[in-house]
Amino acid sequence: MPNKKNYINGLPDPSEFKEEMLKKYPRKVAKKRDKAMIINDPAEGQEILANVRTIPGIITQRGCTYAGCKGVVLGPTRDIINLVHGPIGCSFYAWLTRRNQTRAEKGDPNFMTYAFSTDMQDENIVFGGEEKLKNAIREAFEIFNPSSIGIFSTCPVGLIGDDVHSVAREMKAELGINIFGFSCEGYRGVSQSAGHHIANNGIFKHVVGNTDRPRTGKFQVNLLGEYNIGGDAFEIERIFEECGLTLLSTYSGNSTVESFAYSHTADLNMVMCHRSINYIAEMMEEKYGIPWIKVNFIGADATAKTLRKIADYFGDKELSEKVEVVIARESAKVKAVADLVKPKVEGKLAMMFVGGSRAHHYQELFTELGVRVVSAGYEFAHRDDYEGREVIPNIKIDADTRNIEDLSVTKDDENYRDDLVAKKAQLEESGYEFRDYKGMMPDMSKNSLVIDDVNHWETEKLIEFYKPDIFCAGIKEKYVVQKYGIPLKQLHSYDYGGPYAAFGGAINFYKEMERMLGTDIWKLVDAPWKHEPEIVGSVTYDS
Amino acid sequence: MLLRHTTSNVKERKALTVNPAKTCQPVGAMYAALGVHGCLPHSHGSQGCCSYHRSALTRHYKEPVMAATSSFTEGSSVFGGQANLLQAIDNIFTIYEPDIIAVHSTCLSETIGDDLGQIVKKALDDGKIPEGKHVVQASTPSYVGSHVTGYANMLEAFVKYFAYNTEEKIRQVNLLSGWVEPSDMRELKRIAGLMDIKTVLLPDTSDVLDTPMTGEYKMYPKGGTTVEEIASMGNSMKTVAMGEWGAKSAAVMLDNKCKVPFSLTEVPIGLKATDRFIQELSLAGKISIPEVITEERGRLVDVITDMHQYLYGKRVALFGDPDTLIPLTEFLVDLDMKPVYIVSGTPGKVFDKRMASILSEKVPEAKYKNGPQADMFLMHQWIKEEPVDLLIGNTYGKYISRDEGIPFVRMGFPILDRIGHSYFPTVGYQGAIRILEKMLGVIMDQQDATAPEESFELVM
Repeated sequence: MPNKKNYINGLPDPSEFKEEMLKKYPRKVAKKRDKAMIINDPAEGQEILANVRTIPGIITQRGCTYAGCKGVVLGPTRDIINLVHGPIGCSFYAWLTRRNQTRAEKGDPNFMTYAFSTDMQDENIVFGGEEKLKNAIREAFEIFNPSSIGIFSTCPVGLIGDDVHSVAREMKAELGINIFGFSCEGYRGVSQSAGHHIANNGIFKHVVGNTDRPRTGKFQVNLLGEYNIGGDAFEIERIFEECGLTLLSTYSGNSTVESFAYSHTADLNMVMCHRSINYIAEMMEEKYGIPWIKVNFIGADATAKTLRKIADYFGDKELSEKVEVVIARESAKVKAVADLVKPKVEGKLAMMFVGGSRAHHYQELFTELGVRVVSAGYEFAHRDDYEGREVIPNIKIDADTRNIEDLSVTKDDENYRDDLVAKKAQLEESGYEFRDYKGMMPDMSKNSLVIDDVNHWETEKLIEFYKPDIFCAGIKEKYVVQKYGIPLKQLHSYDYGGPYAAFGGAINFYKEMERMLGTDIWKLVDAPWKHEPEIVGSVTYDS
Repeated sequence: MLLRHTTSNVKERKALTVNPAKTCQPVGAMYAALGVHGCLPHSHGSQGCCSYHRSALTRHYKEPVMAATSSFTEGSSVFGGQANLLQAIDNIFTIYEPDIIAVHSTCLSETIGDDLGQIVKKALDDGKIPEGKHVVQASTPSYVGSHVTGYANMLEAFVKYFAYNTEEKIRQVNLLSGWVEPSDMRELKRIAGLMDIKTVLLPDTSDVLDTPMTGEYKMYPKGGTTVEEIASMGNSMKTVAMGEWGAKSAAVMLDNKCKVPFSLTEVPIGLKATDRFIQELSLAGKISIPEVITEERGRLVDVITDMHQYLYGKRVALFGDPDTLIPLTEFLVDLDMKPVYIVSGTPGKVFDKRMASILSEKVPEAKYKNGPQADMFLMHQWIKEEPVDLLIGNTYGKYISRDEGIPFVRMGFPILDRIGHSYFPTVGYQGAIRILEKMLGVIMDQQDATAPEESFELVM
């Protein structure tokens, strides 16, 4: 067992431990898992196996393509009826379970509290479900009068040959509202990630650019890949407003289809979760010439850095000044809390296995508190999220990726922003970086263990080996880890807390770590008589 | 308003389900399989199903819920999932070492026509199932029935696979339970214990989904019906099956396969359903009902008579599963309450028949519906037409409760936002007292919160 004290001089080499973990596996499984576990060396360009098929029988964290499309990307959008075409379960499980907060004004549509399904029955599987789908759309239109309807395909839909796209076209013509379909059957990809891509394509094709809106602000921006879990987006919105940035649209926390439709009038796209949303950023750049930058609002330092980067992009003195005022004021508040919490938690060990960006972003917050991340990995990311975007040209495109349509995007001459393209070129000359995601691995310590798509067996072994003080993952892992007497922080749902984004979020997170890492409740586990010798009763009924 | 688009204008729907009062079969199969000792549920389909079901059960119990998946990709969906399941079986026995893998299908594997029985046989022939280990399979297409159907199908698969009549009668009674909580299963065993009847309860999720914190994680906790116990069910004197939807098919299987006769009763929720259950137990165990049981019953009736004024005439809307809604409705009627709106997404003709017999005389105005489009949206529309005083159902009811200002009692699956269901039963006489306590609590809290100051009561 490693001695935590040694960690002060760097993390121990986990090579032997890795071998021990792999030993349990059948040979083929071991070979595959070996490549998905990297003993990190930030000085070297290491290659990790990611975004490949989950091994059958392995207890994985991953979900399906539908979950990525309906649940993650379109779920947080309130003014659309998200109609799930399939048996009831898929709609039921994605019903309000992701904590995407939204603020709908009185009188504005908000369908997020509803689950809509065609509830396919066996006769629909045998004879086809298109008629039922059409009728469900008509009924939804008649009862709820929405301005758009999205149709989400579940596993059986593609197999029985229901064509949701032709149904969408027909119904769009019949009802005169925007209706579009997603071929996001659960089996389509190797994880949720495929669903993100499909959702990106669908929104881009059917919504983005539908309405041109006159400018409403001097600095118009979109925030991409921020889903407003626990109110993160609200905290970011608050800061934008104060700095004078006009947020046109967020993909997709606290969002509307209405705002996606005019989001092509932005001057800059900011990508938060690179994994789930980089596709739209890329396509908007190709079509409209809008540049994108990678941002991170998780962590106070990261937030300050991001705000300065935005200000630098616009190169406006007034904006830069406002940004500095906000950073100075907010940082002071953050520092006051950090000064109280850091001495209590410094040197503790964390590990995090979650998502496609959070396992990276949240390392910022832990670093600010002096908590060491000994092991981390994503659930559904690709190599570029680990190693950086420069590896994209070298990523082998396998059959599962080829399944997903790669939209061919052409320049929109009318709306193309030559001014932004020129601005980008100019800024790049001075060293400003666009489309700049360097991935998680360069930011992690030497000898930290990076594991893609960690599974239950590996989770158990990691806990035994590192004895972390805190483990970050999701609901399926939470109570497993906690049975070991180790607190688990959910980084999907935030354990119903948050927000953790930006300055206010950092304060919340510090306080949460103070609670989780400082509590004595875990010491209550052993009864006071655990180590006492057994006494044979002399005043019991039997004696 | 949380459900701002819901109006009282009910339009007939034939295709659209809104806010379902059910979910799909596999989650029920997974729950049932967790009630068997040393068993790892396995979802034969796309990995999202498994992930969703584990998440739903975990949120409901706040306990580890383990299950594996065949992780279908497009290829397996086209060419069949045999290779995936064979590999999964091999991996699971090697890595996770359960005694039993309980495979259930999904809409995906059912649609492509995977034959689980044939695949499991191939695994056996190929030597992928180690000596003394078992793979049980149940067909649970998500487009038939509901989560309750999946639960029933998995139970049936267990008795079909394990139970044998070896011609040696054992003086024990089989208890097949409809979908209830671990606390309820514990309570059923306690009641049988009070009556001094040897029973085998299937499934039994107590000590599986309510495990103590020990600082150690056990992938297969100590609870769950054991293989030996299920095998012995084939030699029992009788089966008492609680629930037309959840337990009957397994009872019929035991009767057909092992000639163990059964009596079908309802999940013992409330006074009369518990009375019938106790009488069935007494008949099956050939034992008179002990005084302690009569005393428990008496305590329940005492609470009912004490608190009648707060319950009398109260209009109630409820949603959930037929096996629990039917006895609960009967209980509410016994309390002189008015269960006026009842919906369940789970289909089955017995629902209408039982509801009619319970409600037609005392609550003729009641509206009830089960099966397609019998959803929470419909129930909410009925409430908008004419309000109720109390709402009972799973956590999703909180949106209606808040919008309409209706006191709300959480019962059913899933309960995502409160604790208690794992620890405090709602079955039996004691369970009925808990239901009363919960209903009275919210009704009286509402009175306290809204009464004019001059009529704010100290004693109630």
